[in-house]
Amino acid sequence: MPALNKSSKNGRPATTQRLTVHRSFWLAFLATIVFCLSAVQLSAQDTNPLANDPKASKLGEFQFRSNCAFCHGLGARGGGRGPDLTRAQKRHGNADNDLFRTINEGVPGTAMPPNGATQQGVGMTDTEIWQVIAYIRSVQVKAPAQPLGDAAHGKQLFFGTAACSTCHMIEGKGGRLGPDLTATGSARATDYLVDSVRNPSRRLAQGISEAMKEFSQEYETVKVETADGQKFVGVVLNEDHFTLQMLDLREQLHLFEKDKLRSYEKSRESLMPAYDQNMLSEKDLQDILAFLLSVGAR
Amino acid sequence: MKKPTMKELLHASLLLLAASAFIASNAHSQVTPQRLLDSAKEPQNWLLYSGDYSGHRFSKLDQINASNASALVPKWAYQTMAGGKFETTPLVVDGILYATGQDDRAFALDAKSGRPIWQYQRALPADIRPCCGRVNRGVAILGDKVFFGTLDTHVIALDSKTGNVVWDATAFDYRKGYSITLAPLAIKNLVIVGVSGGEYGIRGFIDAYDAATGERKWRFYTVPGPGEPGHETWEADSWKIGGAPAWITGSYDPATNTTFWTTGNPSPSNRGEGRAGDNLYSNSLLALDPDTGKLKWYFQFTKHDEHDWDATQVPVMIDQGEKHLIAQANRNGFFYVIDRSTGKLVFSNPYAKVTWSTSKDAEGRPVSLKEASPTPEGSRVCPGAAGATNWMSPTYDPQTKLFYVTAREQCDIFSTAPQPYEEGHAYYGSAYFPNDDTAPFWGALRAIDPDTGKIKWEWKHPSPTWSGVLSTAGGVVFTGDAEGNFIALDAVTGKALWHFQCGASVYSSPMSFAIDGKQYVAVAAGSALFTFALP
Repeated sequence: MPALNKSSKNGRPATTQRLTVHRSFWLAFLATIVFCLSAVQLSAQDTNPLANDPKASKLGEFQFRSNCAFCHGLGARGGGRGPDLTRAQKRHGNADNDLFRTINEGVPGTAMPPNGATQQGVGMTDTEIWQVIAYIRSVQVKAPAQPLGDAAHGKQLFFGTAACSTCHMIEGKGGRLGPDLTATGSARATDYLVDSVRNPSRRLAQGISEAMKEFSQEYETVKVETADGQKFVGVVLNEDHFTLQMLDLREQLHLFEKDKLRSYEKSRESLMPAYDQNMLSEKDLQDILAFLLSVGAR
Repeated sequence: MKKPTMKELLHASLLLLAASAFIASNAHSQVTPQRLLDSAKEPQNWLLYSGDYSGHRFSKLDQINASNASALVPKWAYQTMAGGKFETTPLVVDGILYATGQDDRAFALDAKSGRPIWQYQRALPADIRPCCGRVNRGVAILGDKVFFGTLDTHVIALDSKTGNVVWDATAFDYRKGYSITLAPLAIKNLVIVGVSGGEYGIRGFIDAYDAATGERKWRFYTVPGPGEPGHETWEADSWKIGGAPAWITGSYDPATNTTFWTTGNPSPSNRGEGRAGDNLYSNSLLALDPDTGKLKWYFQFTKHDEHDWDATQVPVMIDQGEKHLIAQANRNGFFYVIDRSTGKLVFSNPYAKVTWSTSKDAEGRPVSLKEASPTPEGSRVCPGAAGATNWMSPTYDPQTKLFYVTAREQCDIFSTAPQPYEEGHAYYGSAYFPNDDTAPFWGALRAIDPDTGKIKWEWKHPSPTWSGVLSTAGGVVFTGDAEGNFIALDAVTGKALWHFQCGASVYSSPMSFAIDGKQYVAVAAGSALFTFALP
């Protein structure tokens, strides 16, 4: 017994112990490989592991309806809140892993939240995200959308005779009374853009969702008269029950306490004129859309 | 026997004094079941989630009143440093404040200075995916322990002086979509909780645990199994994944030894196909025996729900002479008054915009219109999916005899699609969408006369809020809004008396307490717990 103890602390012959060490090293090594592989399988994948699984896009549709359609619409066709995802061109990357990243991490500075972070719904597992990507691919048009109009002419109109830039900015140039349209071409469905030009009051820029209501910037029209009789018309930047932050037609910023105002009237009649066929022909509208799409795609 | 010396006598008396002082202080710091029953006798403390067993969320403190509320100032703020919605209602016992935070935090503070005494955070598994935020609404207290439910569906007892875990009971496997977010209710020696998970096809239940040991004493399944009454209200095997979670704290009537709990939507929330029937006891008020968990009676607000209209609003007990009632402003847009001895409906009246019902049945219950059912393309229904109100607490003020509730004016487009059930995965049967109304959604605090269901006054919110309401004996009602304001209103007129900008939407129900004769009001917003008092 004492001799055995001398050869090995735990009572086993030394050779066996070395073998055990070797075996556990290899097991650990294998486990690491398997772990890395499965991690790659799940998230760091370049292409959708479920791309060839016919069931995946159907399952992805359920996920899409409950997690994405609120902004991106049924059928992924977009709307007033989120981009039309049936377009081949995606602003934040077209590859499968780009879509995965966009869905999982969100897009900072936009209304696109990280997966599960909206605090309203459930969120998705990696597998479910891949299912959603499979679904998006199944409804996506094959070729990149070819703008119908002439983008160069659209740009001239935007900054020229159509006077869009009086109130809208693109890449730092233009006015401040309406939404910055730099990203709008890629962030809104085409029919929504057409509707916004022809009938700007039908739907003012919609709030994103309740959680972001504070910064929804719906560009509601506001008229105020101060206690000393000054009158201002402009757009609401933000408000709560007690205060109002607005920009007047001369782009002056005003910060008011509502109970100190003589009058305060808000309306959802947009300050933007409705561009009918006489003001903007169908062709010119298509040119402006082509310009917006070309800027949005950059 | 030797005569004791003066020194020995002094020693003995000091010891006696110390011992009696120890016993006295210990007895004082121990929250006995009797103290919970008599909570009205100690208005300086807030011993239960709703302030008392009746669900009133009314404070008898009157130092802050309609004429001095304009002078309120912040006293301290405690930062959890956590993101997400901060939904807690703190408890205060003898100068110590106990509350929970996001991601299953719990903490005890010196309620006067806001300084932490202890802080606890549960090591949650990485794969929990609770619906609707990693939230918690508060603790229950009994003896020398505080109790809370966790996002991985455990019930935990913490030592109230140190935050040490005393016991940890597993209620269910969180991987199947269960979680706990409500503040437990302590009755006698039991800690009663219900589960969340109506988005996953769970089978809801209410549990009672022995406060001393964590041993489970009873479980009431909110979806009856084979052979139980109510089982016939479920098609085929749909009961197994029928939902009906119980995720808001109940109330308790000691006179009849009955605890009242409410339940949420049947699963899947947006699809009735496959679960034909009333789907008991989803969207119901349950009267249970707290000793055994036996059902005494039930009242179902929304039968065979397809709009996610959980009845998980704190049941508020109101006594009018000989009449013993329960009032609830339900998520479906109707205000209900129910006889709490029998479970029979007294009346129901809409308190917000309702389009899903235009008629009532023989018992006076609103009947759902066929065209209100979700369709594949979507159908527009008011109230929307988040409801005419939600889990945020209403309040009943016995002085004004008014019931105050946060109302949400928002309609939605409800769509439906077949969806296979997969254990632990979201199971909605489709979704809802914002509607294209030209008018934006908005909200209001409404004061309802529970005698008639008529609205006495309203305070308009620019957008719907998730803040609950507190009423106080000073004639001041407190609430918050989505724009971050915490607001004091005159309980009689609804006029604003004071407001404070918290810097983040309020997703919690306020409460009040007092220390050294000074009244405080507390509310959670963003990642901070704020307290206010007169200067």
